[in-house]
Amino acid sequence: MKITREDVLHVAELAHLDLSDAEVEMYRGQLDSILAYVEKLNQLDTSIVEPLAQVLAQISAENPSLRDDTPASCGIADALFEGAPDPSRPYFRVPKVIDR
Amino acid sequence: MTGKPHSPSPNDCWTVDAIRAGLRAKKFTARELTREFFSRIEERNAGLNAYLTLCPERAYAQADRIDSLVAEGQHLPPLAGVPVAIKDVISTRGVRSTCGSRILETYVPPYDATAVERLERAGAVILGKTNCDEFAMGSSNENSAYGPVRNPLAPDRVPGGSSGGSAAAVAAGLAVAALGTDTGGSIRQPGSFCGIPAMMPTYGRVSRYGLIAFASSLDRIGPFASSVRDAAAMMAVLAGRDPKDSSSVDLPVENYSAELDKPVKGLRIGIPSEYFGEGMHPEVQAKVEAGIRLLESLGCRSVELRMPHTDYAIATYYIVATAEASSNLARYDGTRYGLRVPGETLLEMYRKTRGRGFGPEVKRRIMFGTYALSSGYYDAYYLKAQKVRALIARDFTEAFSRVDAIVTPTSPVPAFRLGERTADPLQMYLADIYTVTGSLAGIPGISVPCGKTSEGLPIGLQIFGPHFEEARILRLAQAFEQAGGASL
Repeated sequence: MKITREDVLHVAELAHLDLSDAEVEMYRGQLDSILAYVEKLNQLDTSIVEPLAQVLAQISAENPSLRDDTPASCGIADALFEGAPDPSRPYFRVPKVIDR
Repeated sequence: MTGKPHSPSPNDCWTVDAIRAGLRAKKFTARELTREFFSRIEERNAGLNAYLTLCPERAYAQADRIDSLVAEGQHLPPLAGVPVAIKDVISTRGVRSTCGSRILETYVPPYDATAVERLERAGAVILGKTNCDEFAMGSSNENSAYGPVRNPLAPDRVPGGSSGGSAAAVAAGLAVAALGTDTGGSIRQPGSFCGIPAMMPTYGRVSRYGLIAFASSLDRIGPFASSVRDAAAMMAVLAGRDPKDSSSVDLPVENYSAELDKPVKGLRIGIPSEYFGEGMHPEVQAKVEAGIRLLESLGCRSVELRMPHTDYAIATYYIVATAEASSNLARYDGTRYGLRVPGETLLEMYRKTRGRGFGPEVKRRIMFGTYALSSGYYDAYYLKAQKVRALIARDFTEAFSRVDAIVTPTSPVPAFRLGERTADPLQMYLADIYTVTGSLAGIPGISVPCGKTSEGLPIGLQIFGPHFEEARILRLAQAFEQAGGASL
């Protein structure tokens, strides 16, 4: 067993997830078995392989992500604020972060 | 509608071409056709749970636009009047888009995805949004917060996932075509389980603007239809560069429909032995082998292949996809949209919102992806997976230097029973074993019906092609379908 309860709590903290005790125990076991499964990648020697982050660089001569950065209005602010949980234009209101 | 144009359930009487011809000949109006599909949905959706949200106002407004084009004798756009369904991870302006998640239960996008905009510009009538696994994470549609979809051909079975609602809607005749998304098999596998053609285009071929992201280096939008010809018609509308999506590629779009009926004689099809391994249902194996013989009878030459890194694809996929998901889903924190669970502090609000808003599979993947990206583990997991991804992509590059297409089963098994695989997440992941390879390599793939099991469950044949060779795999799928592949 590789993954401990503390590991699960640490990852949940990083991921901003509230987990119940039952979830912590369930994910501990499941992460453990998924990690054991993906260990099989270590059977492969990849010391001279370049990582492939995405395939576009391979398949297209131009790099489409390097377009001109031209700002344009998308005109959706009203709709966005309308759907927000606690809007206060032009802001989204959240619990106080800094004490004065 | 004069002389009721549909019999109780079949969907095959409505095709893109038949609808245009019928509209032009004034046999029916787009409004009548739209009403017909809404009445089918009303009748059958409660049992299937394929649609989560309907948008009749938008649909009838579009239908009326088409009807006035007909009345004015104007040119009809390519998908005029075609009733379509949209997977709920694709944004639709003014129409709720939940992603199958509680966290977006009330979310109404302020804009349309480019794919949606293109369909409507081409005359399609959007009926509503379809159920799916939460944030497209799943292979059975059982991870939806809004309940599972049932397979229209076998109601005790899953429709596949994650685009299960779109596949079921088309298979049940509740839409003529639909949009799905495919990250590891989520178009092709439900297409296979529901017995309809289903296509994942090349990475970069179809704009993803407005697609609510799961794993950005893998996510693609593609069509379901009840015939390969209709899938090609959908692809013709969807494909092409979009300035709003910097990962869409500016390469010419072939005329898919015109290419469709060209002969397949002489094409070399690769059969990788790794895709016929243990764990495959014997009837799937038998039908796919019969499918290969059918292609040979049409003049294709089969070539045995080895693709040695296939066995590493699931492990690679689950690291890459979950790592990207953990990052993409960080945005759901209760601040700007969707669910907010109040908390004393900002952090508490984040944690409670996410803890309550996400379902078990999404949390599992966020946890795994966060772990794989966390300090001290990045090299061992994420970087390692990206390197193995390069090896898997290289297997395909080498294969395509020898063959024109690769033919495999879409899924090792036919549609399984609801609840059969939910206990063990790893077993569910392994259901994607034949589809994730093509996802990692960025190549196009199509699943086309290839006979049924003795119980009547559809089997899918998967055809992979090189990057941007959509026309070629559509042509092979068309030849296969026309030669009777579905009834092998």
